[in-house]
Amino acid sequence: MSSKNTLFKNGRVLDPANRRDAIGDVLVLEGRIAAAGAAVPADAEVVDCTGLLVTPGLIDLHVHLREPGQSAKETIASGSKAAAAGGFTTVVCMPNTSPSIDSASVVSWVLEKARAEACVRVLATGALSKGIAGEEMAPIGALKKAGVVALTDDGRCIQNHELMRRALEYAKMFGLVVMDHCQDYSLVGKGVMHEGYWSTVLGLPGWPAAGEELIVQRNALLAELTGTPIHCQHLSAAGSVRVLREARLRGVPLSGEICPHHIALTDACLQGYDTNFKMNPPLRSEEHVEALLEGVADGTITILASDHAPHCGFEKEVEFDQAPFGILGLETEVGLFLDILVHKRKVIDLNRFVEMYTVNPARLLGLDSGTLSPGVPADITVLNPGLEWTFDRDASFSLSRNTPFHGWELKGRAVRTVVAGKTVWTV
Amino acid sequence: MSASSTAPPQNTPLPAPARWTRKDLTGLQDLSAEELTLLLDTAAAFKTVGTRNIKKVPALRGKTLVNFFVEPSTRTRVSFELAAERLSADIINMSASGSSLTKGETLKDTALNLQALHADVIVLRHSSSGAAQFLAERLEASVVNAGDGAHEHPTQALLDAFTIRERKGRLSGLHVAIVGDILFSRVARSDIFALTKLGAKVTLVGPSTLVPVELARLGVEISHDLDSLLPELDVINMLRVQHERQQKAYFPSLGEYTALFGLTKARAARLREDCLVMHPGPINRGVEIDSDVADSARSVILEQVTNGLAVRMAVLYLCNAARSGEWL
Repeated sequence: MSSKNTLFKNGRVLDPANRRDAIGDVLVLEGRIAAAGAAVPADAEVVDCTGLLVTPGLIDLHVHLREPGQSAKETIASGSKAAAAGGFTTVVCMPNTSPSIDSASVVSWVLEKARAEACVRVLATGALSKGIAGEEMAPIGALKKAGVVALTDDGRCIQNHELMRRALEYAKMFGLVVMDHCQDYSLVGKGVMHEGYWSTVLGLPGWPAAGEELIVQRNALLAELTGTPIHCQHLSAAGSVRVLREARLRGVPLSGEICPHHIALTDACLQGYDTNFKMNPPLRSEEHVEALLEGVADGTITILASDHAPHCGFEKEVEFDQAPFGILGLETEVGLFLDILVHKRKVIDLNRFVEMYTVNPARLLGLDSGTLSPGVPADITVLNPGLEWTFDRDASFSLSRNTPFHGWELKGRAVRTVVAGKTVWTV
Repeated sequence: MSASSTAPPQNTPLPAPARWTRKDLTGLQDLSAEELTLLLDTAAAFKTVGTRNIKKVPALRGKTLVNFFVEPSTRTRVSFELAAERLSADIINMSASGSSLTKGETLKDTALNLQALHADVIVLRHSSSGAAQFLAERLEASVVNAGDGAHEHPTQALLDAFTIRERKGRLSGLHVAIVGDILFSRVARSDIFALTKLGAKVTLVGPSTLVPVELARLGVEISHDLDSLLPELDVINMLRVQHERQQKAYFPSLGEYTALFGLTKARAARLREDCLVMHPGPINRGVEIDSDVADSARSVILEQVTNGLAVRMAVLYLCNAARSGEWL
């Protein structure tokens, strides 16, 4: 990556890790953040950031880049472009690929491909169980050595509590966090949407909130038992927030993330059987949305993510119960979260917003990014929180188009994405 | 054909069709009371065709109708087929096993192929809720829902409403109980929409595992006590117990189900003399309904089948006409 010098001038510099929130400049020298007071070289490019936020590069720790094996949906190259266009300098890809990322060789393949083709940093997770089948422990030591930043069976959930407990204990030896897709299979069954009024009227199999809440509770107990941190992915249910809140108050190493669709939409959106509203966990009802917002407001939920899940048009354009779960997220999440959390509902301020996308995921995964500390690689996102724009899915960098947010008018957007001092995308 | 045999029935004039604007019938949830009444009135007019010497009208002459049954069905498929015959349509019957769906073709592609053959009306039975709407949004052809998953079965509910109205002279103010597996029943959902909109009081009865409380929001009552309701009912509609779902733990045994919710002879004796006994079929004699009760004078189960034909003729005619502009 380029190592030229750049001065990000006169922006509101928001660096929660260093408790910095002031109008000022950020100087990048040789691809790294310069110390305060360093001389600005004469050849430095000047980027006027007046009226804009200059923040550490945003991190999305939950994306599906679909390689290896599903490159018709997305590639590391296309997904990283979508990430850059969404304001992300780092993404963490999930291991439910074909084959799954459950061996050192696949981890190496993904990371090498990322180095060669991705315009942002792509970090890999490894499967927690072999083949994500939930039956045997994956080679966690080998995965760690190959460079994974976390373990997860995302898309599936280990149902055997004994296996989960031992995998957690084993992961602890390597200092790896376990990220869990919380879903109890016996309660959820063939559920395809939130179980409630709308599933009943539409005649679609229900996915009860208790199916998530039960596993969040299991995770609270096992995180306490083993001492291994568990991060609960894409929380959707009110009970999950209550369990997480209670566990965190007692100091249990449990954390949680939410995705924008779970607060932007409800199960009432399913009325037309549009599969762009089908994701796992499903869109829930108003009271769950309100509980998620409360969880963000009081600090129970500490991380924002997309669960970017591309699927081909032909895969989604089928009968509702037969369509795959998941929607695009990378290019809309900043806009949606700024619009809803900061502007419309005012549950958090910009400081918290940046914290939830930078220092919090960085700390969870043990990354040295997520800050503008002197000497760290200059991963920077420039945000215009007041910019009003309309999302056009046809302009997306993703190879897929499965989004319910086409044509949405949003307030707030990343306008420049900088990785190691090099601008990889600008609006 | 003589003029008299091709003309619409003379004794019951077709109602003014201008109020019907839908090319498809995917469900009853969005229909107004006026639209429902128009459908029933049209069905009444078509019913007389079945009693005439030549049981045909030219409403769909030159039109191609595809009976596309992805999920097995006998009575509904035969009823649609006969309804289309009586409207003089050309008919293709397709089932999942005989179609390219078994070769991995998507529903959309199969339907587009049918459209490429200039199918005018597609009657779809499918195990996925929303399948009829999925096709209706993508095809020029008229799509008629013959049952989609646990969602709707609009022509069954229309024939239920038609049968009640024909027997009782009205729907408004009647108390109708729908008894059984409501959770998985598309008939129940369509019945609720039709009957409540036409002014009937509807009570859903069944085990608490199979009667979702959320349905109270649709303006119906929910009960788990069939016995206390019996004397006040004008209509009792017994749904089929779905044996194929037995392995799921919704109730302990068929025996306990019958003991609590079966329309036994003893329960039938407590019904009012003029209470209609209905069943969408196929019936499980001795499970949800006693064999003698099914065959009793109160039972209108076979009238429902007869009326299904008239209702389906009306639906096919109106949807085709709304699409093509070809009114009788």
